[in-house]
Amino acid sequence: MKEKVEIRDHQREMRAYRLRLSLSAGFILVFFLLLVSRFFYLQVVQHEHFKTLAENNRISIVPITPNRGLILDRNGTVLARNFSAYTLEITPSKIKNLNKTIDELSKYIEISPSDKRRFRRLLDDSHSFESLPIRTRLKDEEVARFAVNNFRFPGVEIHARLFRQYPDGELTSPFLGYIGRINDDDLDKIDAAGDTANYKGTDYIGKMGIEQSFEKQLHGTTGFDEVEVDSGGREVRTLSRTPPISGDILTLTIDSKLQEIAEKAFGDFRGALVAIDPNNGEILALVSKPGFDPNLFVEGIDSQTWAALNNSPDKPLLNRALHAEYPPGSTFKPFMALAGLQLQARSPTDTISDPGYFELPGQSHHYRDWKPGGHGMVDLHKSIVVSCDTYYYGLANLLGIDKIHDFISQFGFGKKTGIDIGGELSGVLPSAEWKMKRYKQKWYAGDTVPVGIGQGYDLATPLQLAFATSILASDGTAYKPHLVESIRNSKTGKMEKTASAFLYKLDIDPNYLADVRSAMIDVTKPGGTAPRVGEGAPYEVAAKTGTAQVIGIKQGEKYVASNIQERYRDHALLIAYAPADHPRIALAILVENGGHGGTTAGPIARQLMDYYLLGKLPQDKVNQEKIDAPAD
Amino acid sequence: MHPLIRRLHRTLSHHIDSFLLICTMILISLGLAVLFSASDENLVKVGSQVVNITVACVVMWAIANVPPHQLMRFALPLYVAGLVLLIGVALFGEISNGARRWLNLGITRIQPSELMKIAVPLMLAWYFDRHESALGLKNYAIAAVILLVPVLLIARQPDLGTAILIASSGFFVLFFAGLSWKILGGLFVSGLASLPILWSVLHDYQRKRLLTLLDPSQDPLGAGYHTIQSMIAVGSGGPFGKGWLHGTQAHLDFLPEHTTDFIFAVFSEEFGLIGNLFLIFLYSLVIARGLSIAARAPTLFSRLMAGSITMTFFTYCFVNMGMVSGILPVVGVPLPLISYGGTSMVTMLLGFGILMSIHTHKKLVKT
Repeated sequence: MKEKVEIRDHQREMRAYRLRLSLSAGFILVFFLLLVSRFFYLQVVQHEHFKTLAENNRISIVPITPNRGLILDRNGTVLARNFSAYTLEITPSKIKNLNKTIDELSKYIEISPSDKRRFRRLLDDSHSFESLPIRTRLKDEEVARFAVNNFRFPGVEIHARLFRQYPDGELTSPFLGYIGRINDDDLDKIDAAGDTANYKGTDYIGKMGIEQSFEKQLHGTTGFDEVEVDSGGREVRTLSRTPPISGDILTLTIDSKLQEIAEKAFGDFRGALVAIDPNNGEILALVSKPGFDPNLFVEGIDSQTWAALNNSPDKPLLNRALHAEYPPGSTFKPFMALAGLQLQARSPTDTISDPGYFELPGQSHHYRDWKPGGHGMVDLHKSIVVSCDTYYYGLANLLGIDKIHDFISQFGFGKKTGIDIGGELSGVLPSAEWKMKRYKQKWYAGDTVPVGIGQGYDLATPLQLAFATSILASDGTAYKPHLVESIRNSKTGKMEKTASAFLYKLDIDPNYLADVRSAMIDVTKPGGTAPRVGEGAPYEVAAKTGTAQVIGIKQGEKYVASNIQERYRDHALLIAYAPADHPRIALAILVENGGHGGTTAGPIARQLMDYYLLGKLPQDKVNQEKIDAPAD
Repeated sequence: MHPLIRRLHRTLSHHIDSFLLICTMILISLGLAVLFSASDENLVKVGSQVVNITVACVVMWAIANVPPHQLMRFALPLYVAGLVLLIGVALFGEISNGARRWLNLGITRIQPSELMKIAVPLMLAWYFDRHESALGLKNYAIAAVILLVPVLLIARQPDLGTAILIASSGFFVLFFAGLSWKILGGLFVSGLASLPILWSVLHDYQRKRLLTLLDPSQDPLGAGYHTIQSMIAVGSGGPFGKGWLHGTQAHLDFLPEHTTDFIFAVFSEEFGLIGNLFLIFLYSLVIARGLSIAARAPTLFSRLMAGSITMTFFTYCFVNMGMVSGILPVVGVPLPLISYGGTSMVTMLLGFGILMSIHTHKKLVKT
């Protein structure tokens, strides 16, 4: 009995046990099916989703910055190039104590106070997550020394970067401009232009001049590496590469030798010069003195140097050729003369008597001629050769401001020339309408008189003067002044010439043009106001001198240069073209506080022409002797 | 065949279950292949895993040759020793990764919780076998104490994964020992009721893991990172996988612990759904064999051991794969026979050794 129960118990126990085993098996089946359905969900239903996530995880796009396009002069001389250098860069956001880190760094790599100042300035202008250079152009030993100690400096890295270099420095800055680090304003512009992608990896952008206006062509197309990265963001391998396309190569119309001669000819004078080929509008030289070294801006300028440049009374940062307006003074007369002839106000042979001043009928105010006592009987030819003011006071009065404005604006006064770099001012060619708009005042007859001699409200940039001169030189054909001759695509090698700069041809009687020319030729002959310009030249030069007043001279007072502080002396002006019969070069020169145009600007013009037309290099330093040339 | 070789072969294979052995070997080979990929083709690591496997196989063979009734004799000393060591850990243990799991014995560092994975079920099975003739509620209560003391000690280390595994291995012993359905139901209900209490004793990081499970995207760079990355690995594998050595998640270091606890993500990424099904199939074969051995086991001890070992093996598989595929929280549970690491390999094959011993010694017991 007892045994029986035990056996039954055992069997029941076994049955219960096996039931539990079967239940377990069922339990396992259910849970494995649960897993399988989870796998199905992840790997089939949601596969695309996770596939995308995995791809995004692993693939990172690394931009490859293109080489910025070279800039050459008309003869192929390199004006702007790139060089590769190692830079020591700091990402401020990754650094706790910036000063301490910099001090530590200077134990391994020399960091000068000016490097630190420059870095401070960069720091102010940049975002903290950007990698900012503290030292550039590291030597190989410095790179090696840092590499060994790299681990001590999280957030500090060495990069190989391309830098812009302007071999001629100051000489080329008036037209090349410079590049600098991209700031927030630049970023906004890039975004607005839809170029954000192309500027990934680019730190620099053209800020002025050619570098700015041709930014698009010079920048090139950013390439990129598709790289596989690990979870730490380190590059593991490159999956594909789209190479960058270097920026286009710009060939300028500038003749860098001519530019150099012009720049040197100024000596210590401040001023500007623009030389144009009147046959096509090509700018051969464009000088603004004093200048600045654009290379300073490339690696970031330190605040001290910047302040020195910005606060200097010489205003080296001002581009006097484009961005400064001066009264054109007597250089305005040839255009006035043409206006009088073409508008039939005076014939070439009409003469006036010059008592040394001009009076408006019924007014006692004397508009003084520069020559006390006057020039006597003056016709058109003489009015230009001796630069008679009275002749033009009367002519201006005769024409009236609106006729003057309408005729002379054809020479480009009072509006931008459209040169292919930015920063140009439009000058002022006054009219009744202009005065009303500008000053809410009526135009008086007395306002017109000084306009006749390029004073009063008249203002022009040296570039405008050169442009007007080039129109004069080409017998009335206007070509837009420009700096870029051709653009070569660095990928296809295809050269693209700048489209013809022809603007319009003026409807002026050729005889009148010939009259004015012959008078301007005689300006450079003995008896003219600029005899030294033509002296002994194997070609004929047509020119006109000018003086722009810096301070007003009261009625009855006499202007005596030596009595006046240098900075308040008159500006000297000269426009010229040569050879007079078939002009190849037209130019405008402004010498600030240079006094008389013929004396200070004349030799500069002559050196330029001699080089450009004859290939003659100037004799040593020009002797700026103050000989008693006829005053203007 | 030379008689000597035949004798050697017989000696070696006499107590080995060839079905279980073959399944195990396939899984282990698969594991080595995945490890090769997961370790970035690091042959040194694969080599050291081969050493682990060899040691584990020797252990399995040795245990398989020990009859179950001999094994029972180890139960009490092993359990007591394990418990002493656990208390030692709690008092003098070394802290690594914020948890106190290791005990430095001077000669070597040991992790007593690993020992308990075998010692606890062995002890319980031995205890029930001893009291087989009259199993009462009192016995189950004592068994519960035997189980809970080490589990709580381990959970306090904290090592939730191991604690859960040991608790479940002990529970399976109780379950197969015939713990009444009423008590089971009561346990289930009181378990649910005690969840808030359990929540309050959990460590912050453990709570975080549980919360993260509900919504991994809540903390993508913190606690949710592991889960998100392993789900990306599994999901991006797709139906057919990216191919061996071509998984990107592991090779680019997005996956944490990709040779150990998360090796399944690597496998899943490279072999896809097809691979996963094959792996589950292999595991099912092992489990089926284990259950069939359990069903035919002659003594209570061997029935409880075989059932518990098999079910624990399943628990490992499920918890690991569930964790990697994002349906269970991240707990430190390796994927059996695949994950890199000597301890878990030895523990697994030791369990299989016991299964084989039970299977091959039952005739001897009967006669």
